[in-house]
Amino acid sequence: MSLIRPYGDTTGDGMVQLSFTLPIAHSKVAEGAAVQLANKMGMDPALVVHSKAMGEGFTFFVVYGRVNHLVDPSTVEVVERDYPLLTPKEANAAIKRSLRRRLVVVGGCIGTDAHTVGIDAILNIKGFAGEKGLEYYRELKVVNLGAQVSVPQLVEAAREEKADAVLVSQVVTQRDAHLLNTREMSAAFREAYPAAKRPLLVVGGPRFDETMAGELGVDRVFTRGTTPGEVASYIVHRLTNRTAS
Amino acid sequence: MALTRNKQSQLGIDSADVRRARTLARQVGKPIVDLATQHTTVSVERATLRLAGLGGADPDGTPWVNRLADAVRADVGLEHGVSLPVWDALLRGEGDDLLTLAQKAAAGSVTFRLPEGKDATRARTASRKAVAAGIKQIDRQRAAREKMIAKVGDAPSKPWIYLIVATGDIHEDIPQAQAAAREGADVIAVIRSTGQSLLDFVPEGATREGFAGTYATQENFRLMRAALDETSKELGRYVRLTNYASGLCMPEIATLAGLERLDMMLNDSMYGILFRDINPIRTFVDQRFSRQIHARAGIIINTGEDNYLTTADAVEAAHTVTTSQLLNEYFAKEAGLEDWQLGLGHAFEIDPEVPDSFRLELAHAMLARELFPDAPLKWMPPTRHMTGDIFKGYLLDGFFNLVGAMTGQGILLVGMMTEAVVTPWISDRDLALQNVRYVMNAAGNLHEDFHPSPDGFIATRAREVLGLAVGLMEEIKADRSVPGQPPLLSAIADGTFGLMKRPADKGRGLDGVARKSADYYNPATKILESPLVDERALRVSRDRGAKR
Repeated sequence: MSLIRPYGDTTGDGMVQLSFTLPIAHSKVAEGAAVQLANKMGMDPALVVHSKAMGEGFTFFVVYGRVNHLVDPSTVEVVERDYPLLTPKEANAAIKRSLRRRLVVVGGCIGTDAHTVGIDAILNIKGFAGEKGLEYYRELKVVNLGAQVSVPQLVEAAREEKADAVLVSQVVTQRDAHLLNTREMSAAFREAYPAAKRPLLVVGGPRFDETMAGELGVDRVFTRGTTPGEVASYIVHRLTNRTAS
Repeated sequence: MALTRNKQSQLGIDSADVRRARTLARQVGKPIVDLATQHTTVSVERATLRLAGLGGADPDGTPWVNRLADAVRADVGLEHGVSLPVWDALLRGEGDDLLTLAQKAAAGSVTFRLPEGKDATRARTASRKAVAAGIKQIDRQRAAREKMIAKVGDAPSKPWIYLIVATGDIHEDIPQAQAAAREGADVIAVIRSTGQSLLDFVPEGATREGFAGTYATQENFRLMRAALDETSKELGRYVRLTNYASGLCMPEIATLAGLERLDMMLNDSMYGILFRDINPIRTFVDQRFSRQIHARAGIIINTGEDNYLTTADAVEAAHTVTTSQLLNEYFAKEAGLEDWQLGLGHAFEIDPEVPDSFRLELAHAMLARELFPDAPLKWMPPTRHMTGDIFKGYLLDGFFNLVGAMTGQGILLVGMMTEAVVTPWISDRDLALQNVRYVMNAAGNLHEDFHPSPDGFIATRAREVLGLAVGLMEEIKADRSVPGQPPLLSAIADGTFGLMKRPADKGRGLDGVARKSADYYNPATKILESPLVDERALRVSRDRGAKR
């Protein structure tokens, strides 16, 4: 792949837009300060197209400008989907074939997080983005524990239900709560289960980084925009292959 | 076909259908009210102790009201209420005041008993006198609010602009709230720390740490109200303060709000059940007491119907919002709240990819406006379809504001284009307010010209939603799946609202509920349910409130 730079309206123009607030009253000096910031960020020339006083002692800016940086897509690291996307029918068939029983998924929001939007979008039959949720899959047994589940409760429920996979959603990210909670959760599962018996651990939330799975001690991280079909396909791929191998 | 005040229905709604809907709401709600009057909860009893002036906490942070109520419960149970045993102990000389008694009770050096005969009469009289002082303080705060509004002036126009602060630190919240008020907010809401709703005690003192919000405490309430009083004087308009009477301590928080002159409280009849998995009976009992306090305090409640649409589809579930609004109205009025105190909730949450989504939103909002002509509806911005594309989100918020302008919403929660991205930045708030001002300035009077065709899409959809709501309530009323249980409880157990299934014998806080014994006594309930002595003075002030 070749090197690229941002595109405004002409190939190679390198144009980007940026908005920010500086803690300084609106004045010519403030505008100059905004240009200075943009320059330091690599925008040259930088054009302050809008500046407006906001509250006392703050100014908001919109800046357009050219950057001279090149990006090299060949050196970008991402987590590519390494499992086939299955329809609910195919997923059900795969589970039937290899497990000969229903696959059990236990899900919830851990810690103080009360935002069930994410877990519900994946689990509730209603689904998300036009795809039905995991409850719709005949061969999946879904236990949605809802919000503010403690880690011990989650482990307990996973044992009780003989969970094959555990799904955890984390929306609140203040003070990195999502990362701390996830680490606590994965550690608890490692402690409670022998390695070979541990359920598949999957976390999701809008502010996670997909490459952090290893660091967080989970099997997979899903981020913004993930659909139920992707989660179901991943679980089926991992668990039916694990049994086969 | 006079709906109210001989005003013709713009949506071609038959007033008989509206009456039918309200009758059904009453029929569904009444068994719940009966259930609520037959029970008490630990939080109702603790709220009563707070009204009598017991505050503070032990060195571990456990409030004295919890220590005292727990000790009473251990000795004589909860079913008689704590008032008789507590004031009996005081009369027996076990403590000079409530605080001393609570300290001794915590140390285990007091034994409580249920007084009988003359002792019971004396305890009743003493407790009533103590609790009446707290209710008098609530009355004084209500009068202080009215006096201040008369002196500095009220919010200049409707809808009231509602902005949120949520830093976790009350001392950080205060300057942010004052800045938001200077930028145009008429109402400041301090979002609570995530998880407070599941605490079975109210934290004490000024707090500087919270998660995605700031703890609701009496001291935080007092500090913020004092700061906004300063700002109100500076700006020449009264800036209202909002918090949350929800969760396991709902009655206590409502009480603290009344004592510290908060102006609005989030207070939904079913939110805790559905979204926090709090036991349904606990919720309905706590709810009724809270609303009685809010009624007395002149606090405007905000209900939480917008939340249903964050889990259920906003088109398919539109009628569950209407149903819940009607139920919330019934429960509110039963508890003594008046129309001007009913900030019934609804939201702009339809998927923008749905054809005619704006017309559907308008139909739903107009229906709410017509059904509740005298209630200051609370209009909530899009959250579910705010994708991180802030530019598209800004447009969506503009359309949300337009519906708000066209349907005369009383309270408008300002939508942030960075919803679901970051907690609002200073620039987000400023841009959001510019959006509101532009729409109100450009189209605020559009409702004068806009009359949907009676056979058109909007009017037809509004009638359809009302019809579905009536159908749903008929279905709820007929629910006999658990014999002897109020049908609404069965419906909640079945997942009728927000797709959440919540059985009446499950959920958090059930162990804090007791069925009242024959000798149950609660002076707060007695005072709140008796006709007001100074009824006339209050009516004058209510009328003033209604005209705003």
